[in-house]
Amino acid sequence: MIYLQLFWEFFKTGLFAVGGGMATVPFLFRMGQNTGWFDANTLTDMIAVSESTPGPIGVNMATYVGNRTAGPLGGLVATLGLVAPCIIIILIICKVLMKYMKHPVVEAVFRILRAVVIGLLAYAFWQVASVSLIGVKEYILFAVFIALIVCFKKVHPIVFIILGAAAGLFIP
Amino acid sequence: MIFQLFFSFAKVGLLTFGGGMAMLPLLQRECVDKRGWATEDEMLNYYAIGQCTPGIIAVNVATFIGYKKRGTLGGIAATLGVVFPSIVIITAIASFLAMFSGIIQVQKAFAGIRIAVSALILVSVFRMGKKTLKDFETVFLALLAFAVQTFLGLSPVVITLSAIAYALIRYRIAAGRDLE
Repeated sequence: MIYLQLFWEFFKTGLFAVGGGMATVPFLFRMGQNTGWFDANTLTDMIAVSESTPGPIGVNMATYVGNRTAGPLGGLVATLGLVAPCIIIILIICKVLMKYMKHPVVEAVFRILRAVVIGLLAYAFWQVASVSLIGVKEYILFAVFIALIVCFKKVHPIVFIILGAAAGLFIP
Repeated sequence: MIFQLFFSFAKVGLLTFGGGMAMLPLLQRECVDKRGWATEDEMLNYYAIGQCTPGIIAVNVATFIGYKKRGTLGGIAATLGVVFPSIVIITAIASFLAMFSGIIQVQKAFAGIRIAVSALILVSVFRMGKKTLKDFETVFLALLAFAVQTFLGLSPVVITLSAIAYALIRYRIAAGRDLE
């Protein structure tokens, strides 16, 4: 039962990979070794592809591995396996949290956590920026984008993403 | 409403390049500005929980907002929405995937997209930071979180859990002081 096996392998990955998409990579590496579904080279390709297609990276990787292993249905099953533990855990947290959200301890904790998340988001920016801003041209483009985004607050983010693609294609 | 949740999150999933953190500007747009489903504070709360619970951050946030609006079914609808475009796109290109990322035009376009996305993330971080970092303590903690992750390579899980411990100890001390 390849579908059950796919579901189970990705369920475990979803359950133990804490901290977002890239956290699934070490688990996927082990999965490839244990099951023989894919090797390290394929995994590297998958990461590259996931970064150049829309959507959460973990989901892209699950869909891709499932597809390679057992066709489109395999892709669907692997993805559902990956997100299932996440949905279950968050729904439980939701039920508890919504009840105690106004409690002073919970409020005190989240006041601190929000500040820390700002720092973590700044790090996420730093990671993307450090691989993309590699020369003067990139820095200028980046500055232009900042100015545009700040000036045109009402414009949908996708407009800037399309402009980014166009700039990448047409600026030598 | 269930369909609205599905479609809104499908839109966010479709337009996100580069994982959960890159999703923030789009979620801000769709869920805070346009629909009023969550405040920016709530959004940051969800991100914080997403950092220290298993699974994909985008899925965590979708489940939270969906649950808040329409209970368990809403949470599931929003999550299926956010993963739906990925499943369709990857399934469609799975057979020639390695080829796809080798195309030079694709690489060039994505180099440009990454610059736009980093600008979007930075503006979002500033926008949220302005509201959240109001005193010395919060500014210091945000800088500290950034620094220990950048220079010490500490995992976000460890950072978030330490922050919770700090907040609890601080709360106990403050509560003790009130009693005296």
